[in-house]
Amino acid sequence: MTDNTHVRNVAAPRDTAGAVEKSLKRRYAADRRFRLYGVTAIGGALGFLFLLLGNIFYSGHTALWQTKISLDITFESVDFIRDGVVDEASIAKANYHGLVRKSLRDTFPEVSGRRDKRRLYALISSGAPIELQTMVLDEPSLIGTTQKIWLTASDDVDMLNKGRIDVTAPETERRIQDMEISWVRDLKASGAVKKAFNTRFFTAGDSRDPEQAGVLGAIMGSLFTMIVTLILSFPVGVMAAVYLEEFAPKNKITEIIEININNLAAVPSIVFGLLGLAVFLNFFGLPRSAPLVGGMVLALMTLPTIIIAGRAALKAVPPSIREAALAVGASKIQTVTDHVLPLAMPGMLTGAIIGMAQALGETAPLLMIGMVAFIVDVPGGPTDPATVLPVQVFLWADSPERAFAERTAAAIMVLLTFLICMNLLAQLVRHKIERKW
Amino acid sequence: MQFAIVMLALLTLSYGGFLLGRRQAIACTAGNVRDLHSLAPYYGLYVAIWCGIPAFFALMIWGALEPAIISKIVVASLPTDQQALPVERLNLLINDIVNLASGDIVGRSVSPETKLAADYYRSLQSSASILMGILVAALAIAGLVLAKRRISPSFRARNMVEKWIMAMLITASAIAVLVTVGIVFSLLFESLRFFQKVSFTEFLFGIEWSPQIALRDDQVASDGAFGAVPIFAGTALVSAIALLVAVPIGLFSAIYLSEYASPPFRAIAKPLLEILAGIPTVVYGFFAALTVAPFLRDTGVELGLVISSESALAAGLVMGVMIIPFVSSLSDDVINAVPGALREGSYALGATQSETIKKVVLPAALPGIVGSILLAASRAIGETMIVVMAAGLAANLTANPFQAVTTVTVQIVTLLTGDQEFDSAKTLAAFALGLTLFLVTLCLNVVALKVVQKYRAKYD
Repeated sequence: MTDNTHVRNVAAPRDTAGAVEKSLKRRYAADRRFRLYGVTAIGGALGFLFLLLGNIFYSGHTALWQTKISLDITFESVDFIRDGVVDEASIAKANYHGLVRKSLRDTFPEVSGRRDKRRLYALISSGAPIELQTMVLDEPSLIGTTQKIWLTASDDVDMLNKGRIDVTAPETERRIQDMEISWVRDLKASGAVKKAFNTRFFTAGDSRDPEQAGVLGAIMGSLFTMIVTLILSFPVGVMAAVYLEEFAPKNKITEIIEININNLAAVPSIVFGLLGLAVFLNFFGLPRSAPLVGGMVLALMTLPTIIIAGRAALKAVPPSIREAALAVGASKIQTVTDHVLPLAMPGMLTGAIIGMAQALGETAPLLMIGMVAFIVDVPGGPTDPATVLPVQVFLWADSPERAFAERTAAAIMVLLTFLICMNLLAQLVRHKIERKW
Repeated sequence: MQFAIVMLALLTLSYGGFLLGRRQAIACTAGNVRDLHSLAPYYGLYVAIWCGIPAFFALMIWGALEPAIISKIVVASLPTDQQALPVERLNLLINDIVNLASGDIVGRSVSPETKLAADYYRSLQSSASILMGILVAALAIAGLVLAKRRISPSFRARNMVEKWIMAMLITASAIAVLVTVGIVFSLLFESLRFFQKVSFTEFLFGIEWSPQIALRDDQVASDGAFGAVPIFAGTALVSAIALLVAVPIGLFSAIYLSEYASPPFRAIAKPLLEILAGIPTVVYGFFAALTVAPFLRDTGVELGLVISSESALAAGLVMGVMIIPFVSSLSDDVINAVPGALREGSYALGATQSETIKKVVLPAALPGIVGSILLAASRAIGETMIVVMAAGLAANLTANPFQAVTTVTVQIVTLLTGDQEFDSAKTLAAFALGLTLFLVTLCLNVVALKVVQKYRAKYD
């Protein structure tokens, strides 16, 4: 609106200078406003970025620590004897559940009634007996002694200890009741509660119990998937880029290939998942949930990125290099393989790393080929059922337990760390190795 | 595992072929290497190629066909009453046999015939792998010997090798095209099967979407309704919200970065903005579902509005932030490409900087900006994880951003994850939706790229 009046003012026949003079203040103000919009837009976008990352870090950093509860556990020899002997089999079969429960009852002798006792037992993670079992198997001399042992607390106690449960809320709205809170307070007062570094988070596979769940399974799944993706997409991408940039005649067919590659780069990733489902799983009968198939789907998805980056890198090699090689008698292919390709390689590697980073963060196509299953075991090869980091994030984000929210954020931190490392590597390759002409 | 061993053996054999070929080439010149037509390694490569590549293809074809052929043979050995089973039950049985043969646990109790078939399957498998080993080895050695016999000083090894290299380069480029062909055909094929069950017009114009259908024949349930209009509307709503966020912010960022910002500020702010496009979408989804949506719901309560905890608004807002860089980066490029002479002309007439931008630069850059917005829209439509986690599943036909809506991508994910039988209209519907999605995004991309290209040509 202001612009229109301003145009009319300029067009007025008399006293142009005066009219301009009068309008200047308003026009300068408009200019400053416009500039302010720009700053606000950038500030808003960056603000959101920091809000997002800050939020993830704030909710995720506590998952690096896990609450442990110390209990006095008496390993009475009778518990470990089967058929009159103590051997590995009898140790493995001993009732560790009972040991933990007994120790809890001894610590809180006043607790009675089945329901209350069950609540008491739930203070300790259901994985604790297995911790005890490995401990005794490693060191059978523990039998017959009483030891102070730090056991993993259950997820609710963990959340309480980290202050993520609002104890002032009405009791019925909490996962943890006043009784448990008082127990934990008692334990804390006697120094029997601590927070230890959560090694299990980095060394275990998935689990239904938040306190026992880890990301190693997902990391290995991602690793196998990325290896398959790299092996398939990088050579094919480089060769396609070399052909299109160095050898392809300029005709209708190569033009179609070119348009096709540009469009392929913008196809929604979920469509690649549909392709993988229809072709790799249903037509070729490859195994579901396997990193092999995931890697193949992601390789198809990354291919355009690598080809486009590869062509840009080849374009950046000056023609004089080619002419010099041809002048001393090299064939066209020798020119490319011995001179152009080595010079373009850093640029191609940068493109490949960025493409791999994209593939590492991709979730949707992997849901289509069944990599969304609940898998406890850490995969040992590309055909074992597995899941990947982003899918693990998706699965945990869906879990109702409060403690999974924190672990999801921590898994995102792990994922982002990998992505940042890959991007830094790409930057490094670009700045240190790439040649400027 | 076994496949990997065979591959490794093949590679070793090829390398051996390379060494043999090179030595033979040097030997056949009787000391005068300059008599050779090509450099000696080319003779080695020639032998290695003939040794490795035919055997490799044989291995690939064998690997692709083996399971199907073995299960055919096993089925033929089954009792006739089992052979006559309907296809689904037979597939289940074959699945059991395969699982048994590979030593996995089978949930159901296993009949002795199945056990017998599994043993037969395993014996077939082991003899097949021996056969495969022999075939591959024979092919590799035959290739090696035949290629080695052709070596002589006048043999044009380099030209032959270069022909192979060219063939490989062309094949690699063809793969990129094959991917598109594969996408189109797999989507088209399954969609056609879907449209045999559900009419085309019902899918495109029906306004009720409830794909749940009876699992058993005797179950009383609806046949499922496959009217996709609520889904299209939901997709449009979420994308529109996303664009409402992304276009102003992205455009103003681009203007500021290209026209006002000092070079150091630009050098920092531009990569930071592009981080937004590099963050995995599942992270945005987590943020939208666990932070933005509850925040909006609580704010809604304060203001007396009913905002459901899975709302189009939450998904759209977060998605909008995600696509900001798609708008800002490309717009920044096109604004920078506007020739400086146009700006200087405007300044010379006394226009302020903002007037120059609004009246000269933006109109000149408009086609490119439109292209960038179209690309961003195509991203928004195809985006999956944010909407899966934050937008909900209910197919509401509504324009109210506070309600839960569902999108094409969400439906594809829900229809295809979990238990599925592949012939039902339910799973096939996902492919029909996928085809629609592919076609719409393809059109947007083609138009956007054309517009941007035309614009570039104008000022180059």
